[in-house]
Amino acid sequence: MKPYMKDPANAAMKLHYEVAKDDFARAGEASSKIKSVLKQLGIEGGVLRRIAIAAYEAEINLVIHSEGGTVEAFIKPDCIELYIEDKGPGIADIDLAMTQGYSTANPAAREMGFGAGMGLPNMQKVCDDFTIESEPGEGTRIKMVVNY
Amino acid sequence: MDLKHIAEVTKANVIAYKEGMNYEVKAAFSSDLMSDVLAYVEGDVLLMTGLINHQVIRTAEMLDLKAILFVRGKRPAEDVIQLAEEKHIVLMCTQYTMFSASGRLFQSGLVGVEIGS
Repeated sequence: MKPYMKDPANAAMKLHYEVAKDDFARAGEASSKIKSVLKQLGIEGGVLRRIAIAAYEAEINLVIHSEGGTVEAFIKPDCIELYIEDKGPGIADIDLAMTQGYSTANPAAREMGFGAGMGLPNMQKVCDDFTIESEPGEGTRIKMVVNY
Repeated sequence: MDLKHIAEVTKANVIAYKEGMNYEVKAAFSSDLMSDVLAYVEGDVLLMTGLINHQVIRTAEMLDLKAILFVRGKRPAEDVIQLAEEKHIVLMCTQYTMFSASGRLFQSGLVGVEIGS
């Protein structure tokens, strides 16, 4: 896996959204806005769908697991890049977290229809390039690229 | 199968975006797990669920799903219905359980989503 690096070069447009911890009612608003901007730009349906799923799963993860964070989208000539960063608590064992079916989500998250251990594997599945870095006590950084 | 037929078969009430009732779906997916919906659903699919929160509408929005059938007599709150109206997603409510509603629709010719092994 490549190291996490934000690459603003060639980005025709940059979108930036804050996502708050435990804000279930608003979870999905950032992804909805990203999807709507990309649709207006005429991004093809399959790419749009993959970006929407990746952004939404990531946004839900920020709400469920993090102390709050950001979702950013860089729109480039050949791809869309999503950057997800949070303020903690970090992931101790990334391989375990990436395992389908493994989850540390609380009952509130499960009541909303999440916490089945599908989020990270699903995000990786819909992307052409997936990078995750995390340190317990710090935070988690994820980069996802979907090529046109 | 068009949504009008689906509403008939499941004796469902339409509670949001009635204008979309002529829309057709090719298959259905029954689940209370939105992560699984995100992982497996693609195309013109009816979502059947007993969950009635905002995340069901958001999940449908991300996947461009046009219709949701709530089972077991569940009815979402007004702000959830409003979100569906904004996103042009048809919401229907049936008293049938997930199994019975799915069974009736399957018997009427609506197929399930096939997922890879």
